[in-house]
Amino acid sequence: MTAKEIYLDNSATTRVFPEVAELVSRIFLEEYGNPSSMHHKGVEAERELRRAKELLSGILKCQPKNLIFTSCGTESDNLAIIGCARANCRRGRHLITTKVEHPAVLEAMRQLEGEGFEIRYLPVDRDGRVSPEQVTEVLREDTILVSVMHTNNEIGAVEPVAEIGAAIKAKNPDTLFHVDAVQAFGKAQIVPRKLHADLVAVSGHKIHAPKGVGLLYVGDGVKIQPLLHGGGQQGGLRSGTENVAGIAGMALAAKRLYEHLEEDRECLFAMKAHFLEKALAIPEVSVNGRAGKDSAPQVISLSVPGVRAEVLLHALEDRGIYVSSGSACSSNRPHRSATLEAIGTPEERMDNTIRLSTSVLNRMEDMDAAAAALAELIPMLRRYTRG
Amino acid sequence: MQYQSFLIKYAEIGVKGKNRSDFEVKLVDQIKIALRRCEGKFAVSRKSGRMFVDAEGEYDYGEVTGALQRVFGIAGVCPMKVLPVVPYPELSAAVGDFFGEEYPERSVSFKVVARRLDKSYEMNSQELDAALGGDLLQRYPSLRVDVHRPEVTVHVEIRDRIYVYTRVLPGQGGLPVGSAGKAMLLLSGGIDSPVAGWMMGKRGLKLDAVYFNAPPYTSERALQKVIDIAKIVARYTGTIVLHNINFTEIQLYIYEKCPHDELTIIMRRYMMRLAEKIAARTDCGALITGESLGQVASQTLRSLECTNAVCRLPVFRPLIGFDKEEIVAISKKIDSYETSILPYEDCCTIFVAKHPVTKPISDVIERHEHQLDEKIDEMMERALGTDEIIIVTESGHRILKAREDDLKPGY
Repeated sequence: MTAKEIYLDNSATTRVFPEVAELVSRIFLEEYGNPSSMHHKGVEAERELRRAKELLSGILKCQPKNLIFTSCGTESDNLAIIGCARANCRRGRHLITTKVEHPAVLEAMRQLEGEGFEIRYLPVDRDGRVSPEQVTEVLREDTILVSVMHTNNEIGAVEPVAEIGAAIKAKNPDTLFHVDAVQAFGKAQIVPRKLHADLVAVSGHKIHAPKGVGLLYVGDGVKIQPLLHGGGQQGGLRSGTENVAGIAGMALAAKRLYEHLEEDRECLFAMKAHFLEKALAIPEVSVNGRAGKDSAPQVISLSVPGVRAEVLLHALEDRGIYVSSGSACSSNRPHRSATLEAIGTPEERMDNTIRLSTSVLNRMEDMDAAAAALAELIPMLRRYTRG
Repeated sequence: MQYQSFLIKYAEIGVKGKNRSDFEVKLVDQIKIALRRCEGKFAVSRKSGRMFVDAEGEYDYGEVTGALQRVFGIAGVCPMKVLPVVPYPELSAAVGDFFGEEYPERSVSFKVVARRLDKSYEMNSQELDAALGGDLLQRYPSLRVDVHRPEVTVHVEIRDRIYVYTRVLPGQGGLPVGSAGKAMLLLSGGIDSPVAGWMMGKRGLKLDAVYFNAPPYTSERALQKVIDIAKIVARYTGTIVLHNINFTEIQLYIYEKCPHDELTIIMRRYMMRLAEKIAARTDCGALITGESLGQVASQTLRSLECTNAVCRLPVFRPLIGFDKEEIVAISKKIDSYETSILPYEDCCTIFVAKHPVTKPISDVIERHEHQLDEKIDEMMERALGTDEIIIVTESGHRILKAREDDLKPGY
């Protein structure tokens, strides 16, 4: 493979920060106790957990007791949605979400449909956004939960969650509001109180912490039913021995990201703008969704007519540049992207979308290299097309 | 119940005349290879036209019978009770105990088939049939004798030891791998080619395989999928040497120079040529493909004629007369189906024309291939040079020779 690796798939997962890897490794080897143990090793591990909770609650501007650690973003979303629906089913059986949510939300909703809940899936505009009015229009007396993602993983659309939260609470204060912030945490200020959110889901491995750890914010007085039953850890809401090293790693990674959030956002936006200026000069290449300051700074979704995304992905990979395809598609089984469909991507373009996602570990040179590779590869690949 | 021994039944190799002993030696080898992966110690022996697997101590019954039932050349596996040569009353008691354990419900029809090979034994075969049958009936009154169509046949063989068995677990049949030589399987990621390889393995061929990949049009996962499929076939055929050839350059050259409706057929002709060249290097006596007549445009009679024309080696197409459903059924039986349907692009599908020719004419194809004259020979050489050699066994794979290519065509 080519000498330098340029990783532009940070919305899939990220490289663990070296100091996080160090901390995790130290806990593996030294503070390996079970936080529930009575002895010193347990106390030591529990101290790590407490420290992590304090750090993270500082960032989310909430109380440590509002935080539940999970195994991943998917578990956080599932616990929020299914746990909340089951605990509040006597109040109502109606839930609202959007068509562009991550499968962790959409599939949890499908599960609830099977249990007799009624789900309303809201359409989005061409930029992938849903409006507060759309939500309040279908909000009912018996709506127990609304779930809207903060940042879309595929095209980087940023939903007006604060406005949606305010609108929900104005119309029906009993309705709970869940925000899937997996793509947003670490790249945007996430304060549940300001979003009027009762539940917020976060994942560790999207923010340079290890895989296998997630976080769920649960507001005061919000009732949820646990999904896992066992030793009663975390107030019985999430049994199972805590992933101490992963949790500590997630907290440290978050701390690092939030220390320079504004500067980093500016950097990411500048890289995005710089890249787009070059990429959009390639004939027929266009960007999906909004691309300015009202979009996610780290996600760039490009339409490249005439080139299959998977081929372009492998050709870039050959040059050490790692991106993802908007919708993994193959001759045998097309996997349709719900988001691309919802924003009205024409059928013949579904297979022509690639996504680049940056992180604080990327530099401007990476964007130059990626844009240059695209400018070279796209015309070359367009010479060879199917049938 | 722990059986101490297994009788191996082999139908076809029994009739091979003077070559019989060669086949038997190959079968013993294959059985030993299959048992190597099983827990326990086993001895494989041949005695006067019978093959035995003796277990020495503890073993996992399901694992061992499963392994034996996958060995090509075995028609049936009979789990047996083994006794020393004992006088009749003891023998009868032991047969009764064994029967009682094998059929606890004891309401079946049965007959006894005894063979006395040790002529010094006190009773002959007919006497044993009658006496053992009578004793069993007396001990288990709910049994019925049926000498024509019994539900259970109790076999008793008196040799240097006494073997008793009532069950025959079906084997794959066929001939032991390697007894028919070696052939090169053109392996894609699809459903058909592993089935074709399995079928020819069953006829005694050892397999090498060749896979054509086309980066960046095919992914690393497509290769992994092919390795996984080879691994499944290797459960039956033993180790497969897989050759991974980079085909991109040739494919794109064909795309540029030849009519698009002939792409697939010309591409397949070059695959056959390359496969034959690798086959020559590795001493394979035939090529094997998963083609089935009329399944797709490149598998019509005329298309097959065109692809066949470039090879000197015989091309085995065991699926030629099979419907897709029949192929799928075998693929499910040998357990390759689930892997075959994983959605990764292979190089046969990336540039498929909307309406490929179904009645290509060899002369026309040849004339169009001349448009490749300028560079195709060096490209073939380069492609052969990319040969990545992967040793695939049932339990894993290792790369014997890594890709040497710096083949970075201008896509």
